[in-house]
Amino acid sequence: MAIRINGAEIAVPDDARVSLLGLLREQLHLTGTKVGCNQGACGACTVLIDGERVLSCLTLAVQADERSVTTIEGLSGAGSHKLQDAFIEHDGLQCGYCTPGQICAADAMLREIAAGVPSYITADLAAPARLTREEVRERMSGNLCRCGAHNGIVDAILQVAAERTA
Amino acid sequence: MSRMQNVVIETVKTALGWVPAQWLPGGTPDPLIERRVALGRQDSRLDGPAKVTGLARFAAEVPMERLCYGALLHSTVTRGRIARLDTAAAEAAPGVVLVMTHRNMPRIGTLALIGVSDLSAVGNSSLPILQNDEVRYNGQVVAAVLAETQEQADHAASLIEIDYAVEAAKTRFDDAKAAARTPASILIERNHVLVGNAAQEVDRAAHRVDNLYRTPGHNHNAIELHAVTVAWQGETLLVHDATQMIAPSANALAKLFGLKKQQVRVLSPYVGGGFGGKGLWDHQVVAVAAAKLVGRPVRLMLSRESVYRMIGGRSPSEQRVAIGADADGRFNAIIHTGYSVMPPYGACPEQYTMCSRALYNAKSFEIVQHHVDLDIVPNTYMRAPGEAIGTFAIECAVDELAHQMGIDPIELRRRNEPERHPLSGTAFSQRALTTAYAEGAQHFGWERRLAEPGARRDGEWRIGMGCASGSFPYARMPGAHVRLTLRRDGTVNLSCSAQEMGMGTSTVQVQHAADRLGLPVEAISFDMGDSALPAGSMAGGSSQTVSLAAAIMAATEKLTGELLRLAGNDSPLAGLRARDVQLVDAGIGDVADTARHESYRSILTRAAREEVSVIAAGSPPLEMLKFAMHSSSAVFCELRVSEVTGEIRIDRLLGSFDCGTILNPKTAASQFKGGMIMGIGLALTEETLFDARNGRIMNATLADYHIPVHLDVPEIDVIWTGIPDPRSPLGARGIGEIGITGVAAAIANAVFNATGKRIRDLPITLDKLL
Repeated sequence: MAIRINGAEIAVPDDARVSLLGLLREQLHLTGTKVGCNQGACGACTVLIDGERVLSCLTLAVQADERSVTTIEGLSGAGSHKLQDAFIEHDGLQCGYCTPGQICAADAMLREIAAGVPSYITADLAAPARLTREEVRERMSGNLCRCGAHNGIVDAILQVAAERTA
Repeated sequence: MSRMQNVVIETVKTALGWVPAQWLPGGTPDPLIERRVALGRQDSRLDGPAKVTGLARFAAEVPMERLCYGALLHSTVTRGRIARLDTAAAEAAPGVVLVMTHRNMPRIGTLALIGVSDLSAVGNSSLPILQNDEVRYNGQVVAAVLAETQEQADHAASLIEIDYAVEAAKTRFDDAKAAARTPASILIERNHVLVGNAAQEVDRAAHRVDNLYRTPGHNHNAIELHAVTVAWQGETLLVHDATQMIAPSANALAKLFGLKKQQVRVLSPYVGGGFGGKGLWDHQVVAVAAAKLVGRPVRLMLSRESVYRMIGGRSPSEQRVAIGADADGRFNAIIHTGYSVMPPYGACPEQYTMCSRALYNAKSFEIVQHHVDLDIVPNTYMRAPGEAIGTFAIECAVDELAHQMGIDPIELRRRNEPERHPLSGTAFSQRALTTAYAEGAQHFGWERRLAEPGARRDGEWRIGMGCASGSFPYARMPGAHVRLTLRRDGTVNLSCSAQEMGMGTSTVQVQHAADRLGLPVEAISFDMGDSALPAGSMAGGSSQTVSLAAAIMAATEKLTGELLRLAGNDSPLAGLRARDVQLVDAGIGDVADTARHESYRSILTRAAREEVSVIAAGSPPLEMLKFAMHSSSAVFCELRVSEVTGEIRIDRLLGSFDCGTILNPKTAASQFKGGMIMGIGLALTEETLFDARNGRIMNATLADYHIPVHLDVPEIDVIWTGIPDPRSPLGARGIGEIGITGVAAAIANAVFNATGKRIRDLPITLDKLL
């Protein structure tokens, strides 16, 4: 039984109560993944499992068995990820606590749009989902920010998306 | 605060009135106002890379050997005594290291409450912490568990059995109003202000409004949970905390645990949001005591529910605002009175009448606040305490009066714009609110607003525009220190115990120091977040930037004297005194003769010194008492209200600010927007729901307390006058809190313009519009 976390094989913890979040932060010291509510209400603990965004506080570590987890520390590899650079450029952060979750969510969210997955506000469910400011705002609404960096976060995501399609 | 305090403050202000301005701090405007290189540039925040990669380490993220984890248990009753306490099952649970209750908690004193009479005090509550069997509010901490893992601690806490002998409690705001207290002063202002006979003036006025405005409790809801990692190392205490007040927290913990100041070290390099909530509360004290008992390091991160239960927020309020005006719209009277909750064991007076003392001229005033004593978690300072909700009341009232008189609300404000402070007659250091309104109105397209409510429609949507003023006082804290070290290689290190919770503390002070010292920003580093460094000021009252700036100014002055002494007679600077020189081009130059210059490197090399280091504190902030100093703003909102559902959508929000020099437009814009977004929550969604039967918070989760999310937040415009304040360091005033002020009123006024419905009871939820 093992979980692949940022490329490393990690044994599944014995205590079945341990959340993926707890495993990352307390046992592996991967503290880039944050905890804001422990009940799936804030998005600070967002990580990627097989490229899809999940709330690691609501995911038991055992559920990630045999799967591949990417955290903020693993997102960029050695260098920095384009989203990370864009967040700095657009000042899409202040205290920085919700930031890793926002970036992980944005990374997966852009793939969701590219795959044509509609959102609650997508008007035409038959046509491919379009990447608009409104769509980004809706799709990022599970990631709370209290400092109020929302405008910068959306600007950063739109810039990265525009560069990808350019 | 006492009557004596009123006398002392008013005497000092009167005395300073006679002192020529040039003798006081800011008497001569800071030369950097005119000479900016790095300042004013849109530098990205220096801590950005650490934060976007997840490498910035917060308080609960410090690894330690033999760490154990804490969980807290909260009272489920409001007042009473613990009649039966059974901890046997918890103690026997797997992994449990300690169960701590009032029976085995070490005996300690109580915290001194935050206040203006003792600037080193940081307590938010003066109640004993696990010292006896008494319960004073619903949610108070009654036990703590330490275990090998968080899961074990959480489970064990659920096994503690407590029976309470319940006593009667005061939990209904309306019932407790009759016994409200009227303090002599609010912060450093006299509480009850009477100028003329305002009641009579309102009655006799040609036009008048007189209404009650209600605001609920609010919680800060920083996304980072309150947390400490504590370790006793021999006789010294190490506390990794999430705090806005590093140096005073270290002092307070030392006092409480009988240690010398230098035996306690508080570290808090990053704070994941504060907004007034990250101070010293029960949890740090519990963690320190528990770590002492078990002889092991302890991590205590509060659950989100625990944050609601034991970290107080903004007080609920009920405010009366009455304005009387003559036929031309000139105010004859302003009455702003009301009630907010402040238990006797709390520290924060929620100064909602402060804004009404400075915003408008009027022939007469009556201003007074009453404190309602409820048995609830002690309230505390939350972003723009007082002004955030006070501007809602007064700025809605002004809009109501404008509507009644058929005058544009901006024009009504212009007619009552004060030349000098309306109550004290003191000169403003700088004030250009009228300019901020003019620029904001033009930028926003205010002329497109239709005065008649409900006149603009788009299908099911009714569209409206509103505006309101924001206001927040300038503050600079006395006693902020900084160490400035200049090395021979021409680099500089600044250090003090300052706090970073998203304001860009180091970013802007590095820009400042670069300009102050004539160096590039790359040559400057800034260490902070550590009580072992010289004590900076706390992060509060929108005061940290100017407080640190004044300390850096003082340190630079000291450094200049030291360098001139070291330069000696072999220097081209020989014979020059500090007042003859300026720091420029990585060295010292003669102001009168630019050819006379010597680099820092050259001075230190000749003197055979590796570095020169000085520590200095900023000058006493007497400018605050000599002048009326306020940041102000004009906030504009356009929104739509669904006729079918009552749903409100904010389409546009613009803030036009008059806050002195803007030091870094990128980080400043973020602070302004952040405040305004919290203002959206204040207006539309946020409400701490106290159960009136027992004072217990009913919505103690982020799922039930609704802060604005991405979809609630439109693209926000911020502009500023940028006019320097000639009396403050760098020409700057505070910008951290002004952003939230005025926003709720601008939104409420826009809702009225859209629908004709005047909602005086926040938040403006859709049920109130149907």
